[in-house]
Amino acid sequence: MFDKYLIDETTLRNTGPADAPTGFAFEAKLGYYRGIGLSMIEKLDVSIDGETVARDAVRFDEGKGPISLDEMETAYDRRWPFGTPATISVQYPGGFPKGEHELSLVEQLRVSYLPFPSVNTDVKRVTF
Amino acid sequence: MSKIQRGVSLYSFQEEMFLGQMSVEDCVAYAASIGAKGIEILPEQNMPTFPDISDAEVERWKEMMERHGTHFTCYDMFLDTKLRKGELLSDEEQVASIERDLRLCHRFGIKNMRILIFVRPDILEKCVPLAEELDIHMGVEVHAPWHLEHAWILRTIDVADRLKTKHLGILPDMGIFMKHYPPAFRARFERQGARPEITQFIVDQHEQKIMCEYTIYEVAVKMGGNKAEIAMAETLRHAPYANPKRLKDYAPYFRHIQAKFYEMNEDCTDPSLAYEDVIPELVKCGWEGTLSSEYEGNRWIQDVMEVDSREQVRRQHVMFDRLIAKAEAELENA
Repeated sequence: MFDKYLIDETTLRNTGPADAPTGFAFEAKLGYYRGIGLSMIEKLDVSIDGETVARDAVRFDEGKGPISLDEMETAYDRRWPFGTPATISVQYPGGFPKGEHELSLVEQLRVSYLPFPSVNTDVKRVTF
Repeated sequence: MSKIQRGVSLYSFQEEMFLGQMSVEDCVAYAASIGAKGIEILPEQNMPTFPDISDAEVERWKEMMERHGTHFTCYDMFLDTKLRKGELLSDEEQVASIERDLRLCHRFGIKNMRILIFVRPDILEKCVPLAEELDIHMGVEVHAPWHLEHAWILRTIDVADRLKTKHLGILPDMGIFMKHYPPAFRARFERQGARPEITQFIVDQHEQKIMCEYTIYEVAVKMGGNKAEIAMAETLRHAPYANPKRLKDYAPYFRHIQAKFYEMNEDCTDPSLAYEDVIPELVKCGWEGTLSSEYEGNRWIQDVMEVDSREQVRRQHVMFDRLIAKAEAELENA
């Protein structure tokens, strides 16, 4: 319902030392009309030009500190509120590639009343 | 005079709230400005600190209602049965979650709770004592593709009858009265590559109320439909047209209505949902409650245009006023 608004590409930045970045980060929103507990976020797949980054290279932070996707599975006391940006950071030696690239985010949620997972996808062309 | 009141669910402004273009208070102020004084809330959408809502926060909400001359109508609950990977919440945990919502609902002084349709009737039965104590009506949302007389809904009615309780019933979502296929859906599928002759076929099939599986097979197999065409045909599974004349039979079981809509024409008519048939039925049976706007058109148009939820809601309320007045006049002259 909000797929095209998930990635805020204006926030894309490298992380780590400026001359030797160790990764990149950006702000994103949850593609759902309400907030949800982190334990129900099954996937946050980040891809560059169609290549999906390894799950354990991704960290999520809604403001309470970075957490891995595996840790999120049991983070029962944390939520990603509606319409609120969270930071998604990715360990990616060298940082985000220079030039024009496609950055995509797939959020897969376990929504209790749906018979199937809720999958929300945003793809943005970014020049970095 | 009809006892039908007008209101708005904050769900209606999800596009603008998601994008940070409208605050909750902007939504409430707008609703008040068009005379839609009943406010339906989704705490899990509208309260970032949910479920830990402080007394100060509850007070802020109540003061906001007072500031705008509005009042709460309904609390939309959720139930995360899939909180944990690989196992469902136990029955006791489900009851505890619903009871948590009932207590929060009570702190706001709200008397109606929208229950998600998938919640089991036997779980709700266990929540009835607290709902009675707090005087909250738990209304199971009758949402497409379910409809008023779906066997799953009748199970809740059976429980309510057996317990002789006034605190368990239903809460119809007007999406069950899809008389015509929504033009906004069709246009979106055409932008995604559906051919006009195929979309016309699907619309014609829906218009004739042909059971959806015939159409899906025709489009997917016989016509060699593309992805967008098959997806459009599959929306027919969620496009029931329930009989508005049955509303009076179920009126004792509901006190609130989610007035779903996907788009309003400029002349303030709904091209898809049968409000012209529904509202006279509600007036005739003397139903007392709130028609609470639930605009859900944003997702169908946001790819090509700016969403203007306020204008859409405004048009729906012009329609409500017109149809209620007309039905009242017809009743007086009858």
